[in-house]
Amino acid sequence: MKEKLPQEKLIRRYSAAERINHWVVAVCFVLLAISGLAFFYPAFFWLTGVFGTPELARIVHPFVGVVMFVAFARQFFRYWHHNLLNREDVKWMVAVKEVMKGNEVGDIGRYNGGQKAMFWVMVLCMAALLGSGIIAWRPYFAASFPIPVIRIALLVHATSAVVLIASIIVHVYAALWVQGTIRAMVEGVVTHAWAKKHHPRWYRETTGKKA
Amino acid sequence: MTVPSLDIQRRSASPTASPEARNPAEIAQLIDVSVCIGCKACQVACSEWNELRADVGTCVGVYDNPTDLSSQAWTVMRFAEVEENGKLEWLIRKDGCMHCADPGCLKACPSPGAIVQHKNGIVDYNQENCIGCGYCVSGCPFNVPRLSPTDGKAYKCNMCSDRVAVGLEPACVKTCPTGAIQFGSKEDMKEVAATRIADLQSRGYTNAGLYDPPGVGGTHTMYVLHHADKPEQYSGLPNDPSISMAVGLWKGALKPFATVGLAAAGLFGFFHYITVGPNRADDESHEDAREEDRS
Amino acid sequence: EVRQFKLARAKEIRNTCPYCSVGCGLLMYSLGDGAKNAKAEIVHIEGDPDHPVSRGSLCPKGAGLLDFVHSPNRLKYPEVREAGSSEWKRISWHEAVERIARHMKGDRDANIVVKNDQGVTVNRWVSTAMLTASASSNETGILTQKFMRSLGIVGTDAQARVCHGPTVSALAATFGRGAMTNTWVDISNADFILVMGGNPAEAHPVGFKWAIEAKKKGARIVVVDPRFNRSAAVADEYVPIRAGSDIVFLGGIINWLIANDKIQWEYVKAFTNASYIVDEGFGFEDGLFSGFDPAKGQYDKKSWNYAFDEAGNARTDPTLQHPRCVWNLMKAHYARYTPDVVADLTGSPKDGFLTVCRYLGETSARDRVGTILYALGWTQHTVGAQNIRTMAMIQLLLGNIGMPGGGVNALRGHSNIQGLSDLGLLSTSLPGYLTLPNEKAHPTFADYVARTTPKAQQPGQLNFWSNTPKFFVSLLKWFWGDAATRDNDWGYDWLPKWDKMYDVLQVMDLMHNGKVNGLIVQGFNPLTSFPDARKTAACFSKLKYMVVIDPIATETASFWRNHGEINDVDTAGIKTEVFRLPSTCFAEEDGAIVNSARWLQWHYKGANPPGEAKTDQEIIAELFLALRALYQTEGGKAPEPVLNLSWPYKNPHEPTPEELAKELNGRALADIPDPKDPTKFLSRKGEQLPGFALLQDDGSTMSACWIFAGCWTQAGNQMARRDNSDSGLGNTPGWAWAWPANRRIIYNRASCDPAGKPWDPKRALIAWNGERWAGADVPDFKIDAAPSSGMNPFIMNPEGVGRLFATDKLVDGPFPEHYEPMESPLGTNPLHPKVITSPAVRIFPADKARLGTHDQFPYVGTTYRLTEHFQFWTKSVALNAIAQPEQFVEIGETLAVEKGIRTGDTVKVSSKRGFIKAKAVVTKRVKALKVNGKTVHQIGIPLHWGWETVARKGYLSNTLPPAVGDCNTQTPEYKAFLVNVEKIVGA
Repeated sequence: MKEKLPQEKLIRRYSAAERINHWVVAVCFVLLAISGLAFFYPAFFWLTGVFGTPELARIVHPFVGVVMFVAFARQFFRYWHHNLLNREDVKWMVAVKEVMKGNEVGDIGRYNGGQKAMFWVMVLCMAALLGSGIIAWRPYFAASFPIPVIRIALLVHATSAVVLIASIIVHVYAALWVQGTIRAMVEGVVTHAWAKKHHPRWYRETTGKKA
Repeated sequence: MTVPSLDIQRRSASPTASPEARNPAEIAQLIDVSVCIGCKACQVACSEWNELRADVGTCVGVYDNPTDLSSQAWTVMRFAEVEENGKLEWLIRKDGCMHCADPGCLKACPSPGAIVQHKNGIVDYNQENCIGCGYCVSGCPFNVPRLSPTDGKAYKCNMCSDRVAVGLEPACVKTCPTGAIQFGSKEDMKEVAATRIADLQSRGYTNAGLYDPPGVGGTHTMYVLHHADKPEQYSGLPNDPSISMAVGLWKGALKPFATVGLAAAGLFGFFHYITVGPNRADDESHEDAREEDRS
Repeated sequence: EVRQFKLARAKEIRNTCPYCSVGCGLLMYSLGDGAKNAKAEIVHIEGDPDHPVSRGSLCPKGAGLLDFVHSPNRLKYPEVREAGSSEWKRISWHEAVERIARHMKGDRDANIVVKNDQGVTVNRWVSTAMLTASASSNETGILTQKFMRSLGIVGTDAQARVCHGPTVSALAATFGRGAMTNTWVDISNADFILVMGGNPAEAHPVGFKWAIEAKKKGARIVVVDPRFNRSAAVADEYVPIRAGSDIVFLGGIINWLIANDKIQWEYVKAFTNASYIVDEGFGFEDGLFSGFDPAKGQYDKKSWNYAFDEAGNARTDPTLQHPRCVWNLMKAHYARYTPDVVADLTGSPKDGFLTVCRYLGETSARDRVGTILYALGWTQHTVGAQNIRTMAMIQLLLGNIGMPGGGVNALRGHSNIQGLSDLGLLSTSLPGYLTLPNEKAHPTFADYVARTTPKAQQPGQLNFWSNTPKFFVSLLKWFWGDAATRDNDWGYDWLPKWDKMYDVLQVMDLMHNGKVNGLIVQGFNPLTSFPDARKTAACFSKLKYMVVIDPIATETASFWRNHGEINDVDTAGIKTEVFRLPSTCFAEEDGAIVNSARWLQWHYKGANPPGEAKTDQEIIAELFLALRALYQTEGGKAPEPVLNLSWPYKNPHEPTPEELAKELNGRALADIPDPKDPTKFLSRKGEQLPGFALLQDDGSTMSACWIFAGCWTQAGNQMARRDNSDSGLGNTPGWAWAWPANRRIIYNRASCDPAGKPWDPKRALIAWNGERWAGADVPDFKIDAAPSSGMNPFIMNPEGVGRLFATDKLVDGPFPEHYEPMESPLGTNPLHPKVITSPAVRIFPADKARLGTHDQFPYVGTTYRLTEHFQFWTKSVALNAIAQPEQFVEIGETLAVEKGIRTGDTVKVSSKRGFIKAKAVVTKRVKALKVNGKTVHQIGIPLHWGWETVARKGYLSNTLPPAVGDCNTQTPEYKAFLVNVEKIVGA
């Protein structure tokens, strides 16, 4: 299925399948974060109301988790090779202060050091959440694990969830801050300017132009 | 949900304190293992009063039936044959909720009011509020709560809170033929224990003692043990139990860290945006910028 | 936010637990508040905190009673299983009663023996037998007695026959009465408690409360048992013993006490027959007492008696020097039972044995008292009565009889087996321990009175049985009312007369030989309870008709149903017509039951029975009225006892418990003048009698059971009294009513020295106050007989003292002697190899052929109860089935290793008579014993299983034991027999 590019000078960054995949993960994440935070913070327990009843929230949470993990796994296999760190990324990370000011650092490819770091943090968190989630999942699996293991799983689950949520906040903010990014995940395209500015090497590779 | 009683010490997942003005007496159940005959009257009376019927099981080669606690068996007798220095002892222990002063289950529970600790010391589960997560199971240092396979909710001994509330003793206490289970104020129970321990010591049980583990703030089910130095001989009664460190971190330190971390992430973005402003990639200027950069 | 308290306005009803003989108080709660429009249904049962014994406690059986009341196995409608059928068919009560009455009349008319060969009227109907309940009320029991004897039934027994028969004969032979001497609460007054031949923590948990209370006050508890059981779990010491060797152990204690001078000398000299001189003809040699007739297998007991002087008094030697005085004969008899012999024959470690000796020996001091708690571990042996006798002798030597905290505490099994024994529901008994007339000894009323009324054997003794004629005539007046006159010897000839004891083993043997056509089974489950279950089933198959009256489904009623290996019978080939009649259970009726401590406790109905179930009284009445109508309209053989039977009940179809209880007490049939003042009357015509002292032998009084006289007086129902205040030492004389005469600790005169002062001032129960005996308990003595009167404490014995030498009261010897069980693991008796087993045993040829030997069946099997279950009832009770769901056997670790059995494996346990399959509980608690140079393994076999069950289906454990009984009472030998065990591969 061919997408029709609009009039402006645009580059396709994400295919429709990729965007759907992303938003599946995102929606799952939101549901999980709402219910997870409700279980974690007594003061947010009311958030379980989003699911109808607290008990439903508890029942649904792990299933959504599995969906998120599967969807994320698809993403992992799509992107892992784009996220291998290189020297430019290190340069980027060292100069992150400069980056924060809105300046570009290094010859960035498809993803910059921050995005790659975020990718690997997500991978780790997702794996930890799935593993610990299964261990603690009642009534299906928890009974097969010794209680001390479940306790550690619960700690790991909560910790990795917090890390993931914090990371996602950064992820979302970064997308908002770097204008034009949201469009990449909504419409699938970015402008040449966006690409040239933020991902010059990727820009050169995809357009064949010497920027 | 029923109106919360004024006599509640703590509710699960409820950050604000319960009313504190009234202070009913603290009660306790004392299980004197040294005169327990393992008759299971307590088990039966518990099931009868609480209208529970476990499945008819099988004999697995020991006297333990039901073989474990369940949502339909809130207390079970555990039998251990211990032979030391040619002397055989049949150590029989009534297992069930210890009603900790610092209950691990309550600490772990995410659902407001699913677990309450009454001011008299009883730790009670309110299945109406239970969401079936099983965190209480993991939180308990004594491996007591059990989820029902049918409704998914957690159940355990509530020391017959309905009986205690109207001034009666729990069903197991009342029925106990040999007085191995006694009930009264915690203070009185400690005194009873002291006389029993003195008697046991006079009969050569030099390590007789009271099991009221401080690691969980003491319990409202206490044991008189003839071998208080080796509680694990009594079918694995934990020696020095406390709420697990993992549960402590999870329900303790992690929360402020998480709050700070999540708030920091959000606030950072907000303040960054209003100070630095958006990062725009205007085509022309960007082109120029690139040119300059390359030099 | 606690759960709502569910009983806030429920109706509360008082009742008594129907299981064991502790007689715990129950509070039953029924749905609704008693309003007319609410249908009562029992919704909760818990302990009665006011009850002096149970104090609110209930054991696992009592705590699960709710599920008994609502058991899915409760019977709801009359049913019949037609000949050859494999199904029950529901029928109407009318049809059931008509058909049963027709069967009974046909059989009675055909087979009743009206006169024997000597021409004596015997009115004996042997071809229909009746088994009576163990938990039904006294009121049911007495009506059953009336019904049964009027028909001439002699083949009858209650569960007492298979449980505590030997207790009655042993204790009566020693002290004069066959009952538990002290009370449950009194156990807490003991300094030392020996638990042997019983397992009270499991069988009587709530009674055992008082042993624990004693322990909390400093008492020591020692358990001697083949298994380390739940009593042993809380004892100070546990001593293992080989099942069936108790007399060696106890005889060894007698020897040790004598050798170490641990004797309460003053007591022994004053209150026992130690000083009595024994007849010259008496002797003991090579395992046989004098007078043995090998051809008959019986003793001629003539020589087993005292030497009497011209006045008929027994000769004594107070110095105990006479070589033929009881003391010296006893000393010589037990000199053989040295500690080494004990250890060698019992397998008990010597130091354990000596520990028991030392603890018991300490209680010979005036201010130290010990007691013994025993039950069927002693009774169910061929030497059952003698086991108990040995202990009774020990307690006399130690001065522990009559003492608070002392006594020989026979812990009865069923809730009213004491009462039903008191009511004489045994083949040769009548109410109040009167004997049923025997055709040889008592052909006439005059013979009966002469032979059953003893004469005092020492001057000045009370000799209470001298009142026998008063009790007997009052009983006959109850049976036949106005028809019983002096002219017809009060209807004496209408009672059946026995020619031999028709105990259950005898009846089963007759049935086996096709001589019994009908069996009426009321609240009994003989297929599970009798030994050699396969033989029992074969016997039942030969019956023409069987009537089962029970609240729950029993294996007996469905003996014809095939359950594969568990009950492998040919259903179609069994032509027995079986009627199953649903009766009420405890919760659905009023009445009194008697606990082990002889307390008659009244209980109240809480709800209606399920379906069409009726009370036993109503069922018996319907059957009787139908039979009487047949005799009235059709005539028949020996109709007089039936037609003349007194049936004065307001509603003849349903005599009420109140009416029957009043009859048990008795009433004046004419004014009874005061002999001291002829203008006054002790009782007026129609009034309830105040006690048995007023019974008359001239027909002016009636009483159905003289020992119960006093239970329902003019002042009302004494059994329903609920004053639990303590009159001292835990006595609660205002709670219920105890026979005799509301005495709680019998022989309590012996708690005082000859001068009338308590042996131990801290244990002052009664004392002579200068004018009369008085104190916390009702004195078991003539109230105004001064210590100087020479009257001795054992008022039921004609000599007034306790018997170390039992004279001719038992059939197997005046001194207990060790004989091996009929199936002995040793195959010899090292004490006298020529006489291995009891010479006086009665065994039928068919049963003898079914005995095994130790080379084929090398292990000792012993059966017992578990605390979670009550006999064969609670397998129908969900709560108890949950607590102990499946049949198992207990095997020691050593044997298990030898046989490759691991815990939880399925094993087959077999005896010469059949096999069972069960799970193996491999345990450290059953140890291999060294006996006579060989290793003896014992296998524990709990007995609660069957196929009418909510628990898992199981085999009848009584498939294994042999059909042989105690020499005196024929109580079967369930506690020691030979078995083999093997692992079932692939199971």
